[in-house]
Amino acid sequence: MKTRCFEKKYEMMGRDELSALQGERLRSMVARVYQRVPFYRRKLDEAGIRPEEVRSIDDLVRLPFTTKIDFRDQYPFGLFAVDMKKVVRVHASSGTTGKPTVVGYTRKDIELWSRTCARTLGCGNGTARDVVQNAYGYGLFTGGLGMHYGGERLGATVIPMSGGNTKRQILLMQDFGTTLLCSTPSYALEIAEVAAEMGVDLRKTKLRVGFFGAEPWSDNMRKAIEERLGVTALDIYGFSEVIGPGVASECLAHCGLHVFEDHFYPEVIDPQTGRSLPDGQPGELVFTCLTKEALPLIRYRTRDLTRLTHEPCACGRTLVRMQRVTGRTDDMLIIRGVNVFPSQIESVLLEIEGTQPHYLILVERRDRLDEIEIQVEVDEKLFSDEIRKLEDLRNRIGYEIYSILGLTAKITLVEPRTIERSQGKAKRVIDKRVI
Amino acid sequence: MRIRQISVFIENRAGRLETVAKLLGDAGINIRALSLADTSDFGILRLIVNQPEAASELLRREGFTIRLTEVVAVEIPDVPGGLAGVLAILGRGGVNVEYMYAFVEKARGKAVVVFRFENFDAAVRTLEAGSVRLLKEDELLKL
Repeated sequence: MKTRCFEKKYEMMGRDELSALQGERLRSMVARVYQRVPFYRRKLDEAGIRPEEVRSIDDLVRLPFTTKIDFRDQYPFGLFAVDMKKVVRVHASSGTTGKPTVVGYTRKDIELWSRTCARTLGCGNGTARDVVQNAYGYGLFTGGLGMHYGGERLGATVIPMSGGNTKRQILLMQDFGTTLLCSTPSYALEIAEVAAEMGVDLRKTKLRVGFFGAEPWSDNMRKAIEERLGVTALDIYGFSEVIGPGVASECLAHCGLHVFEDHFYPEVIDPQTGRSLPDGQPGELVFTCLTKEALPLIRYRTRDLTRLTHEPCACGRTLVRMQRVTGRTDDMLIIRGVNVFPSQIESVLLEIEGTQPHYLILVERRDRLDEIEIQVEVDEKLFSDEIRKLEDLRNRIGYEIYSILGLTAKITLVEPRTIERSQGKAKRVIDKRVI
Repeated sequence: MRIRQISVFIENRAGRLETVAKLLGDAGINIRALSLADTSDFGILRLIVNQPEAASELLRREGFTIRLTEVVAVEIPDVPGGLAGVLAILGRGGVNVEYMYAFVEKARGKAVVVFRFENFDAAVRTLEAGSVRLLKEDELLKL
């Protein structure tokens, strides 16, 4: 198997050398956050750990976890380890309630991120000769700018398409000779569908490899994408708290995602006990950011379920591999690349209704795109006998949800008690997507 | 002249209207007037019945979201221009109509128009000043 690594030195580093490098980076990161982030100083003090006791990567398991709740409590910049004058960029994703999860980057972080995204493209043997069509959304979402900088860092030609405008995507794909496509897997299928309607056979274009992530997908979708677009479809992984895309990527051997662990150290733990699990055991994925300046994280709990393996890969990379994420330990949904927590929707309704709302979230995949519907029970407090006022209520809920999630949800007002009450915890989500 | 009207929230689903009508019928409650306002997803059924308290209690117990509202019923001659006359009085008085519905009273050669106003008292004053005949609740229920 011919492998072109973007940074062979790190991607094929011997395991002992890599461990030593990780240990050294961990040591210096812990010392830095202890000094600069009051939140971590307090956490380490409470755990009774002196920074100088952290000597090797094996000491990591003694350190406390960081969670999404900590991002909320430290909103917006409390977890940053540098002065704001060194922060050159922020991105944000949705939090568990109204406030977004905010992440920051120094100039050096942007360079690091560009390199790990370039490595991702390298996992599909991407080089400076490639033309990268980037259909991830540009903006606060990390997908667009992350892969954009990665493409440029690789020296490839980047077409900054962002999402949508599918016919134009297909036109430029043909005219500019796109070889690498970055998008969500469901959008790749949308492109295939529209191309078929236009009478364009994408298998005859120069398109070679696709880098798909930001939402869950299956082997069936992979097969459909590969057949219809005539590409090798690679699974990529990342999320904003760790850096964005460029945390892990599948290589052409198709046997799990190589984690760029010289920067983002992965562990799999038992979500109940917090105990570290050995290779092969499924559990919750946890990341430590060893090298980031603005936002170093110690043992951040992703809530994603997967397992790790250190077995050698046919591609020659020595980096640990994670299996495709198989689920979540919480109730987070991913809809059109956006993280959605039922608690966010609940907080909007609570704000409008003033009491505990009864609602149900329905998710469906229609015409290859995810759609979200929120059914809200109309009680006597919400009810008006004027159509106009009920429509105002419906529009207001829709608007508030859009302003928090950036997603258009269909809001349906329903009669009381139409939503099933279960014993104990109410069923809030029906996910009918078949992926 | 305050007439109690029951508004019921109804989802646009087969059989929902029938459920309400049957519940009232089985309880021996008679519907005097009704209207239905609807959108693609839901509707509001507005009812004037001979036993407003019993009807509201029953519908609530059956899990419907209801609201009791006050409406005005006026009696007008059942001739061309009858309705226009009343609306002209309201228009001159600057009174806004939220919604209205009407039915014909064959025996007396009259029509009854049910109005819901934004400002109930101002509307009643305007109608009385224009010598429009307002029906009392018991009069309406006896029709």
